[in-house]
Amino acid sequence: MAGLERAKEDWYPIAIAGSTVDGEQLDTSLLGINITLHGDKDREISVTADGNNLPVQTRYDHVWTTFSENPRPLFDIPEADEAGRVLVPCGVVRVKCSPLRAVENFLDIAHFPFVHTDVLGAEPHTEVEPYDVKIDETIDEVIATKVKFFQPQAAKSAGDGIVTDYVYRVAAPMVSILYKTCPPKPGSQDVITLFVQPLDEETCNVWPWMALYDYENSMADMISFQQMIFVQDRSILENQLPRKLPLDPKMEIPTRADMTSIAYRRWLKRGGAIYGALTEAV
Amino acid sequence: MSFKLYNYVLSGNCYKVRLFAGVLGINYDSIAVDFHPGQEHKSDDLMQLNPAGTLPIMIADDLVLTETSAMLIWMASKFDSDNTWWPATDAAKTAAIVQWLGFSSDLTSTIGEARLHTMLNRDVKIEKALADGIVALRRIEAQLTEQGLRGGAWLVGESPTIADIACFPYVALAPDAGLEHDDYPAIRNWLYAIRSLSGFVTMPGIHEVHELRNEGD
Repeated sequence: MAGLERAKEDWYPIAIAGSTVDGEQLDTSLLGINITLHGDKDREISVTADGNNLPVQTRYDHVWTTFSENPRPLFDIPEADEAGRVLVPCGVVRVKCSPLRAVENFLDIAHFPFVHTDVLGAEPHTEVEPYDVKIDETIDEVIATKVKFFQPQAAKSAGDGIVTDYVYRVAAPMVSILYKTCPPKPGSQDVITLFVQPLDEETCNVWPWMALYDYENSMADMISFQQMIFVQDRSILENQLPRKLPLDPKMEIPTRADMTSIAYRRWLKRGGAIYGALTEAV
Repeated sequence: MSFKLYNYVLSGNCYKVRLFAGVLGINYDSIAVDFHPGQEHKSDDLMQLNPAGTLPIMIADDLVLTETSAMLIWMASKFDSDNTWWPATDAAKTAAIVQWLGFSSDLTSTIGEARLHTMLNRDVKIEKALADGIVALRRIEAQLTEQGLRGGAWLVGESPTIADIACFPYVALAPDAGLEHDDYPAIRNWLYAIRSLSGFVTMPGIHEVHELRNEGD
């Protein structure tokens, strides 16, 4: 299958750390392959595929696994270790779309006023100002900077509408990280990520995770806010056709606001990260 | 404040109360509960309040209500001065409404359960939930078609009642579980009618009628 071998080199989230009890077995799927997580709250968690042990690590409040004995290193989020941040794993949401479409949607701001109405965007403030995007060859990531957008309620901790500054990082084909203005702590940025578990090429589990400076809202408030946002996207994502992400420029016509998406698709194609993608026009 | 609601943003049952409060134009205190992934509704504190371990929970005056039907009747009785949403003195209508309130829990146990599976990965007997969900959708479709032949747009009588509020969320959220509305024309019209109500509020998966958005601005 196209891209499967490349996809097997990456790490993927399959559970929230500490969420399984001793002896519990959790069957799930990764890249179309059945795997089992053997839960153990106190000792090492193990993951098996067809009876064989897979590499496991716990990072960013999630359990990660890979099919490769020599995987690409798990990306770094230095902010995760900063003192004072509240770390918020938001649970799993399953979406019937390509894992790459889930990541791409997360990189898009033009949909905010229409999908996240009165929260992350509002009419008539629909214009996306020009911003910078680059593919950073040294660290092999897509980075979008100087993204600005008017938001009525940028975060649970935001009061009135503010112009929010965003930086986006695609740190792996199925990992997207955004940094945005942190309303209660000027000068710092909230970190919001989507970790995507590809169940197969057209279905994924999305594990949103956040590292915030927010001492006012309860954990339930912060999780609810993020789930509300992501599930607003879910019904849109499930209606995108074709389900796989098209990489052939003949398939979809981008606009200037889609620069991050164009860079993301180009980067996927160049790196052969085409699991969940359509490489030729159909 | 009129009442306090222990609330989960993705719950169709909590949304019944949020929606009806919006339509009636009443404010309330909302307390977010970490249903997923935290299972906070099964915590000691909330189990003490509601031994059934379900959401929503409403604190209404001195009452602790845990059944959405009771909440809707309480809200209508207290805040709907025209008595149209719950026409308490009309025996035939109230009886028919209660029938649909009962039926709305079938929607929760079929479409609602299937949605928990397809969206939040809950362990559910998915084939049965989906098959029973289709039966439930067909029943609503048949009722709305009959009402349409009589010139009505609502489940009971000539105007919207709490029967519509109670049945709306999990019918509207059926696509979350993979059950599309394409086969149900009467349901589609009814969903549109409810989304057009003054004071309508959205939830993730249930969108605004966009054309009506700026009316009255």
